[in-house]
Amino acid sequence: MATTVEQPASPERPIGFGRLRRKEDARFIRGQGTYLDDIRLPGMLHGAILRSPFAHAKINSIDTSKALELDGVAAVVTAKDLETLGLAWMPTISYDTQAVLAGDKVRFQGQEVAFVIATDEYVARDALPLIEVDYEPLPVVVDARKALDPDAPLIRDDKPGQVDNLATPTWEAGDEEAADRAFAEADVVVTRDIMYPRCHPAPMETCGMIADFDPKTGQLDIYNGNQAPHVHRTVYAHVAGLPEHMIRIMCNDIGGGFGNKVPVYPGYVCTIAASIVAGAPVKWIEDRSEHLTSTGFARDYNMHASICAKDGRITGLEVDVIADHGAWDSTAQPTKFPAGFFHICSGSYTLDASHVKVKAVYTNKAAGGVAYRCSFRITEAVYMVERMVDALATEMGVDPIELRMRSFIAPEQFPYETTTGWTYDSGNYAETMKVAMEIADYEELRREQAAKKERGELMGIGVAFFTEGVGAGPRKHMDILGMSMNDGADLRVHPSGKAVVSISCQTQGQGHETTFAQIVAEELGIPPEDIEVRHGDTDKSPYGLGTYGSRSTPVSGAAVSLVSRKVRDKARLIAATMLETRPEDLAWEKGRWFVKGDPEQGATIEDIALRAYSGEELPAGMEGGLDAQIVYDPPNLTYPYGAYICVVDIDPETAQVKVRRFIAVDDCGVRINPMIVDGQIHGGLAEGIGIALMELISFDSEGNCLNSSFMDYLIPTAMECPEFELGMTVTPCPHHPLGAKGVGESPNVGSPPAIVNAVIDALRQGYPEVDHIDMPCTPDRVWAAMQGRAEPPQ
Amino acid sequence: MQVTITINGEEVTRDVEPRMLLVHFIRETPGLTGTHWGCDTSNCGACIVRLDGQAVKSCTVLAAMADGHEVTTVEGLERDGRLDPVQEGFHEKHALHCGFCTPGMMMASRALLDENPDPTDEEIRTAISGGICRCTGYQNIVAAVRWAAEREAEVKQEA
Ligand code: FES
Ligand code: FES
Repeated sequence: MATTVEQPASPERPIGFGRLRRKEDARFIRGQGTYLDDIRLPGMLHGAILRSPFAHAKINSIDTSKALELDGVAAVVTAKDLETLGLAWMPTISYDTQAVLAGDKVRFQGQEVAFVIATDEYVARDALPLIEVDYEPLPVVVDARKALDPDAPLIRDDKPGQVDNLATPTWEAGDEEAADRAFAEADVVVTRDIMYPRCHPAPMETCGMIADFDPKTGQLDIYNGNQAPHVHRTVYAHVAGLPEHMIRIMCNDIGGGFGNKVPVYPGYVCTIAASIVAGAPVKWIEDRSEHLTSTGFARDYNMHASICAKDGRITGLEVDVIADHGAWDSTAQPTKFPAGFFHICSGSYTLDASHVKVKAVYTNKAAGGVAYRCSFRITEAVYMVERMVDALATEMGVDPIELRMRSFIAPEQFPYETTTGWTYDSGNYAETMKVAMEIADYEELRREQAAKKERGELMGIGVAFFTEGVGAGPRKHMDILGMSMNDGADLRVHPSGKAVVSISCQTQGQGHETTFAQIVAEELGIPPEDIEVRHGDTDKSPYGLGTYGSRSTPVSGAAVSLVSRKVRDKARLIAATMLETRPEDLAWEKGRWFVKGDPEQGATIEDIALRAYSGEELPAGMEGGLDAQIVYDPPNLTYPYGAYICVVDIDPETAQVKVRRFIAVDDCGVRINPMIVDGQIHGGLAEGIGIALMELISFDSEGNCLNSSFMDYLIPTAMECPEFELGMTVTPCPHHPLGAKGVGESPNVGSPPAIVNAVIDALRQGYPEVDHIDMPCTPDRVWAAMQGRAEPPQ
Repeated sequence: MQVTITINGEEVTRDVEPRMLLVHFIRETPGLTGTHWGCDTSNCGACIVRLDGQAVKSCTVLAAMADGHEVTTVEGLERDGRLDPVQEGFHEKHALHCGFCTPGMMMASRALLDENPDPTDEEIRTAISGGICRCTGYQNIVAAVRWAAEREAEVKQEA
């Protein structure tokens, strides 16, 4: 089933799939992208946000008079003003509520307290320290594991009936009894406390908005780089009571998202309110520290896990999770999945049973739990299970690849129903693992490691094998705020045979303008350069749920493929009339319908398009024109997977970890543009290195964020990233029209466990008692592990 | 105070507050928005331009400090409708995704090649390590700079 050869561009495949250079590059390499801050509207005012210095404090009073006296300040908006507009609180993406501006009290450091509107950005920021807020500090809870202690301060006293800091009640999946049985019958059991610490997607462009409300017409134009413009429009219509057809959201170019730009943030609502109040366009853009301290963080999962084996094979898994959701529950995931897709944690293995419990708590920290290049908590799940499998292999004295090989789901078992209720579509895991071993020369690496151990050197080899579920999702199971997770596509072929395809998902760098043109090209035979891809403008694209959870290719990609086929079907009927034959007597080759048995007789898509709009005869009853529309409802998620091997060296003197090699073999089904797929993998691997070794959002006991700038929140540069070694297998998705599965997040999901497994493997060469270390594996934390005092980060 | 800065060969004069950052001056006055801003702490490199040929972070220079000096921005790379080899290399080698870091990365790379026309991968990585790219994992940026170096060497040989 699997093959390691990518589909080459050949004379038979002259257009469509392949390493097409990106269409969107032309503007970016000239510095002509249009990011939010590049937009200037006449008469535009500028906003800035005053934020709380305290993690938990009562607000006794807010005095804005001195700020208002400053030259150039137009207004200062506080919770009181928003109350009169009914905008003081807003719903989160998870059906919780959150304060737009704090009125009663602040619940985390960096929370929005007041919004200044001024003639320029410098003045707006000058006004912030002139606002006088009388705070009365309250006790703080930052550790999720202590949030439910009886003496923990109540954070959400705004919620009627809320008596503790429980954000979501315990949610379970799997079969507890069966899992208990598997553990009772097991030969080996291993238990670990594993923390996936809080980190941040930190796209290079921070969040912001320009709102332009026209009081004469009631039209609200919004410029805002976000990952789900249609959903945002619906939210603004509901929150602000504005008519949805009078709201237009334009994303333009977005400087990265990685999940961080899915939610609606308080700053957006403030900007809209400010424009309505001021009757002028208002721009607000956060600075980097505002971005890191107040917008959606990722992970913060405390996982207590046990895994067991019988007869040399993995048989059971039990996990108990405490999730830290911060001050509001604004995690981003489908409504019926309060722990996201965490229960995919049974991984790539045929377990006899598994059981998962997750509960979420409020803490005095910024809210989020959004994905960071992760399909709804799959990153946490994969990290946990791949750490546990390694721990189990160590306990059993078996090579970690050997244990995985013994326990993999076999190719003939697909579609495979997991113990927690997922139906994996297709795979050949052992084959992919073997390709990774070959590239790595695994046996040789183990020999090298043994030789180095003799010399006292700490070399580690880490393995991870992941299965992801992406492309959310089927409407009967998945919605966000009640909106089904389907995507629209709209294709118009013009009389000259050139085409415009409008899609409902929005690029933040993934190359949609190229990939989606390639899909139409492949289906219709129109060259990619003659296909314009429209996206990111709610007035110019059909409704859909956006780009995150690796869903663009699985959902929108399928929509574009099927809408093209609809056009092709219509073209066939028109061609039959043109060629005076029956449709069933025609055959299709790239770009042309021709008469079976008489290939000379044919009509190209250009000929057909011209005919469709002309005054000449069309098939009886057919409307003119050559276009089509579709809304795609995926029948299942797609399940990309991959085998990753990481080689690290640890300096025994400084405890510095160096990633020497990283081998990534991904199977994401059919690759539309392998160049872009490789690029996505490179980027995700770099993020994985960041998460495993450098990136951490931590807090002191008073709730002060300790990583609020790029001085303390460390992101890998070119110096920390090795030359990645990629390989591939191709196991098509059976239900996707192109066989594609999606890839964006896979490398971020798969790389942290490979790296941490490598770090532990290296440490064990000199310190065999080390059995776990939590991320990030910074020198101080690795050093502590060497001294036998590894602690989870705060 | 009044400052005059030559940006991509054109003199730009404006009254500015002494605290105005060069990055803001470039973006606002001639409206050259290709130079980006990405952090508060001089860490990200999205703002890299060349000041008298040197690659500098324009968020770390006051407009006043650039008075009387020459600045080249990403918009100055293309000459007479011909892309700089570094620009071509970034396109050829897929060295950009969202494009936000790209102008800074290209300016740092151009400055490197002017000084060292045949850099090793390690030297390229060092030269761009003042910048952060969240999207590409750097591998293709290194390949793009190498591509540009090779292209320039070929052109020189032909001449
Ligand atoms: S804006 Fe980040 S270094 Fe200049
Ligand atoms: S391309 Fe997005 S930050 Fe570099």
